[in-house]
Amino acid sequence: MLTLQCPYCGVMAEETELHAGGEAHLKRFGPGSSDEDFETYMFMRENPKGVHFERWRHVNGCGKWFHAARCTATLEVFGTYSAQVSEPPQQIKDAITAKRPGWSWRNFA
Amino acid sequence: MSEAVSALNNAYAKGAITVQEVGPQGMITLRGDLSDAAFGAAVAQVTGASVPGQRKITHAGANAVAWMSPDELLILLPYAEVGAAVSSLNAALAGTHFLAVNVSDARALFRVTGKPGPVREVIAKLAPADLSPDAFALGDIRRTRLAQVAAAFWLTQEGEANLVCFRSVARYAFDLLATSAAAGPVGFFRQG
Repeated sequence: MLTLQCPYCGVMAEETELHAGGEAHLKRFGPGSSDEDFETYMFMRENPKGVHFERWRHVNGCGKWFHAARCTATLEVFGTYSAQVSEPPQQIKDAITAKRPGWSWRNFA
Repeated sequence: MSEAVSALNNAYAKGAITVQEVGPQGMITLRGDLSDAAFGAAVAQVTGASVPGQRKITHAGANAVAWMSPDELLILLPYAEVGAAVSSLNAALAGTHFLAVNVSDARALFRVTGKPGPVREVIAKLAPADLSPDAFALGDIRRTRLAQVAAAFWLTQEGEANLVCFRSVARYAFDLLATSAAAGPVGFFRQG
């Protein structure tokens, strides 16, 4: 069972209290963008075995969206953080580096 | 105006632990900047209670103010006073970014009473939340799910829990609580 701490209300929420929102930190390419950019935005997703960044919503709780960094292989959670960022904050990156030296995910490492 | 009727007409499940649908209960959803002094003053003016901290509920007589999310409060007050309270909030907060809505008729309120430990167990059996006295004390409010529906609950005193949910799922929530209560105590929370 996955347990994430909601950064907005501080609750240690288990999976059934949350709603998964897919991959985090996608950059949107809308009308006017090239076909390649739009296809990448629309369909291309990471599917790592290891460090992953996701969006979650505390749906049966405070209702807020937030980000989570976790390991898909072990369900280890490195941390959760605000939704109002376009890349993981440094302390999250540091927490991952401490556990998974040399990790990388898309442009982040 | 037509007579207000609560969701289940004060349905009552009797036993060692009683479950009652209470109401009609006045409720206002108030959204805005909780840290703003003017916001706090408006809340205090309407309820007499202060703005609660994270996951807390503050009381003042029959009124209460519950923390729902970083930008949302639930104000509880007598049903008949809601209209005036919303007008008063609208006047006090005019010009700021806020929202005050009367949600009294959109919600249902339940009260679970009995011995302190078993009352916690009635809810603990239904919700993925830590109901132990260390983790959930008087003055705390927890929004979570009750089996398959969203709900929020708090203790008004040891052995008395209040729970709110949407009115449309009131029957479901009542049946859950009544079934959980009738199943008897588990003895998990050794507290009276």
